[in-house]
Amino acid sequence: MEENYIGQWSVPVNNVIEWGAVRKFAMAIGDHNPNYFDEQTAQHNHYGRLIAPPTFAVSLDYGVLPGGGFDFTGMIHSEQTFSSLRPLFVGETLTCSARLADCTTRKTGSMQMTFYVFEQQAVASDGTVVCTARMTVLRREVVAQ
Amino acid sequence: MSKQLWQRGDKLKTVIKGPVTQVDLVRYAGASGDFNPIHFDDVAAKQAGLDGVIAHGMLTMAYVGQLINEFASDNALLKEFSVRFRAMVKPGDTIICSGEVIRVEPLDSEDIQVTVSVLAETDTSQTAIKGTAILLFYAK
Repeated sequence: MEENYIGQWSVPVNNVIEWGAVRKFAMAIGDHNPNYFDEQTAQHNHYGRLIAPPTFAVSLDYGVLPGGGFDFTGMIHSEQTFSSLRPLFVGETLTCSARLADCTTRKTGSMQMTFYVFEQQAVASDGTVVCTARMTVLRREVVAQ
Repeated sequence: MSKQLWQRGDKLKTVIKGPVTQVDLVRYAGASGDFNPIHFDDVAAKQAGLDGVIAHGMLTMAYVGQLINEFASDNALLKEFSVRFRAMVKPGDTIICSGEVIRVEPLDSEDIQVTVSVLAETDTSQTAIKGTAILLFYAK
């Protein structure tokens, strides 16, 4: 079971934060903030460069979870948190990995609920963890009493 | 000490998104890489016990992200952004994103930490998302 892999990180994957990918993401969410794709505007922001929208980290590749991946079919996304040291910068390369951080089961009558907490982190080239995401997904099953 | 811009109880400027279309969901699937078919394939959604396709929870969270970033208006870092997903969003729904300042803390660094509560509701009065964000307004 997945529980055997709690705490084990995936093999990290390098992700380039591409201008086109950030722009497409911004368009897909209907957020036309020029700091995401217009170089001239971005020059004058706090960081002096193009940044990605707050939830863009969800689109990155965090590698395959130990145990051959995880099947999210039928899962319900229950909670999501992003903790950031700074925005993601367009053009930078981030080294990303993920792990199953926790797994708990609750049973009420014949209904069993399993909560999986995943952690994803994006590390900059200087070693700083710029973004950590925590995602809680839930599986509901009917089990014998 | 830079001037204190925000007070507890201040409302964020509401952001209204949608109505969400199936094309929006396909576009978000492509942009985010989340190709779970319950978001664009009615047959798959029905097999999963739903009435039809539902929006990605993360799409609604992105809408709330826009609300927060417009509040930050380039003067703040979104340090922490945390939500719980409640009601499902379906094509045709309009999403109303709102927020309120719940705490303002001046820091030693002269930056100001502002905590806001955020909400995404559908036009049918369902709460899709309830959450919190912590922003760090730069002293500059």
